[in-house]
Amino acid sequence: MSVRLDVAAVALVVLATLGIGAYGLRLVRTTSDLLVASRSVRPVWGASAIGGEYLSAASFLGVAGLVLAYGVDMLWYPVGFVAGYLVLLLFVAAPLRRSGAYTLPDFAEARLGSRRVRRLASVLVIGIGWLYLVPQLQGAGLTLRIATGAPAWVGAVLVAAVVMVNVAGGGMRSATFVQAFQYWLKLTALAVPALVLVLAWRADGAPSAGGPGPPVFREQTAVSIDADVRTVVPAPVGVLLDGAPVTLSGPVELRAGSTVVFPEGAPVPHVEHLAPSAGADWARPLSGAGGLAHPLYATYALALATFLGTMGLPHVLVRFYTNPDGATARRTTLVVLALLGAFYLLPTVYGALGRLYTPELLLTGRTDAVVLALPGALVGGLPGRLLEALLVAGAFAAFLSTSSGLLVSTAGVLVQDVLRGAPGRGQHRQFVRATLLAGTVPLLLALPVSGLAVGQVVGLAFAVAASTFCPLLVLGIWWRGLTAAGATAGLLAGGTLSSAAVLATLSGLVDRGWPEALLSQPAAWTVPVAFAVMTGVSLATRDRVPPDVGRTMLQLHAPEQLGLSGS
Amino acid sequence: MTRPERVRVTAPRRVRRPPGRPALRALDEQDVVGELLVRSLVRAQLGLALRVGGVFALLLGGLPLLFALLPPVREARVAGLPLPWLLLGVLVHPALLACGWLHVRLAERAERDFVELVDRS
Repeated sequence: MSVRLDVAAVALVVLATLGIGAYGLRLVRTTSDLLVASRSVRPVWGASAIGGEYLSAASFLGVAGLVLAYGVDMLWYPVGFVAGYLVLLLFVAAPLRRSGAYTLPDFAEARLGSRRVRRLASVLVIGIGWLYLVPQLQGAGLTLRIATGAPAWVGAVLVAAVVMVNVAGGGMRSATFVQAFQYWLKLTALAVPALVLVLAWRADGAPSAGGPGPPVFREQTAVSIDADVRTVVPAPVGVLLDGAPVTLSGPVELRAGSTVVFPEGAPVPHVEHLAPSAGADWARPLSGAGGLAHPLYATYALALATFLGTMGLPHVLVRFYTNPDGATARRTTLVVLALLGAFYLLPTVYGALGRLYTPELLLTGRTDAVVLALPGALVGGLPGRLLEALLVAGAFAAFLSTSSGLLVSTAGVLVQDVLRGAPGRGQHRQFVRATLLAGTVPLLLALPVSGLAVGQVVGLAFAVAASTFCPLLVLGIWWRGLTAAGATAGLLAGGTLSSAAVLATLSGLVDRGWPEALLSQPAAWTVPVAFAVMTGVSLATRDRVPPDVGRTMLQLHAPEQLGLSGS
Repeated sequence: MTRPERVRVTAPRRVRRPPGRPALRALDEQDVVGELLVRSLVRAQLGLALRVGGVFALLLGGLPLLFALLPPVREARVAGLPLPWLLLGVLVHPALLACGWLHVRLAERAERDFVELVDRS
């Protein structure tokens, strides 16, 4: 077992994070330091920091797991995660920097001069932040359980605690170079094992994952069941269940703690909600591999959510303020496109190799574990253990950096807009309280085990962001006619519809046909509705366009070289 | 105990007074000419963003449709690799970067033109 190596890797990442946080605390002087570092960050460093904060559990673990389970259609997740930055570059980056806003609520208030829109934006930031934090904590629990066998809540509590201590101390977020370092750590932690795995695969004769039948066990495989699971065995197969020979067929309940030994060549049973699919279907787009309904609709809806949702994520926006001017904000985003593109070449490799070498994950449904399970299955021995430890370290870096960014953004909004009424508290005391609140709620939500994959929950957060902040930002930046009433109505419409769809999906109420497809990928209809409502109500209230809109437009779009006064 | 004053930190404000350039004063004072200038800049930048975004949407958004309408493409292989994997897993990323690079170049040129227009007047 590689428990000791993995624990050492986790301890190292956690200690480094806390250590750098404590060191950063001494450097922090002003509000500006605490929230956005200094405003003179060079594009490459700024872009590395954006990448470091953005590449989360969903990217490090989730994408590979989705590819393993559902095949090539899932590549739209990483494509969308990167393309979101192109949309951000085209429509938002430079004007947003010029607006001088720290947060989305700041932008809403500056553009529309309305406290009501500001408060609504705050509620949405907190909701999206929490929805995005839940899968990070779940991923942490999963990783620690695979690495050490600890119960799932341990990892979630560990990451939540480290991040809360660190953020409440004022540390990590302000240190741009820490986040920048995290990007390169994550890239290395994923790239080095990927290289070794590909070499091992070639040494194995480079078998193809796209064979005609469903995946089979390539050798006799012992699968330990760590939670009760209902699984479907396609054809009767003789196995050893806790040492006793049994024939399994059809739907089977497997109890936690039992071990099943499958013979070589047996088809891999699939967890109930995951339909077995032939390798050819898995490798072919729009085939509905894994039991996805309406793949063409789902592809477009997912693309829309990720393309338009990135700009509305609370921890993405604030980084743009660290650029000295609008033109630098654009160049930084361009470098982000390059850095993210390089990173997202890798999860595909893990997903495809996992189909060949760790298909037993389809049986338990824990496909998010594929990245961590591959070195042991394909390399083995001490090298395999070292690679696994490196991957565990990278995964923890991903949880810590993304959670920190989200927590700072959420806590910042809580302090400014929600807890303001608390009497007689110091500013820092308030920030600590807000951090605890912002971290505890998603922890409580993450503790009940959810059947949804990490990548899918993150996809839902993108859908809410795309249905609310995308129309607010795009119309606010490019259209003079936006009014506070229009923004309010649009945010309410998009927010309510997309949140309802998310809740219905998370609760598993609807699991068949078109309703399921529409609710699990809501962006394709909620985004147009939000845009239409925001535009329509603004037109109906056009006599209430903010009087200083010309001045705001000038500030958003005029190049800094003109040397105009700020506002 | 009193709550400490809330500090709002905003973009650096350059209060360099516009010198004798009438267009710059027009911008700063938001008169009719200034308003027209800003509108033209916003329209130029929006048009640019929509054009680059349109190219990108056509290229990328066309892929699922291509797969749906031309089933052989789903199975095609290039250099031993399945084409859809190659497109979505690898080639998309340089294409995104190229779109971004083009936009940065053109947007910066539009801004230089605007500054020149204001300075010349």
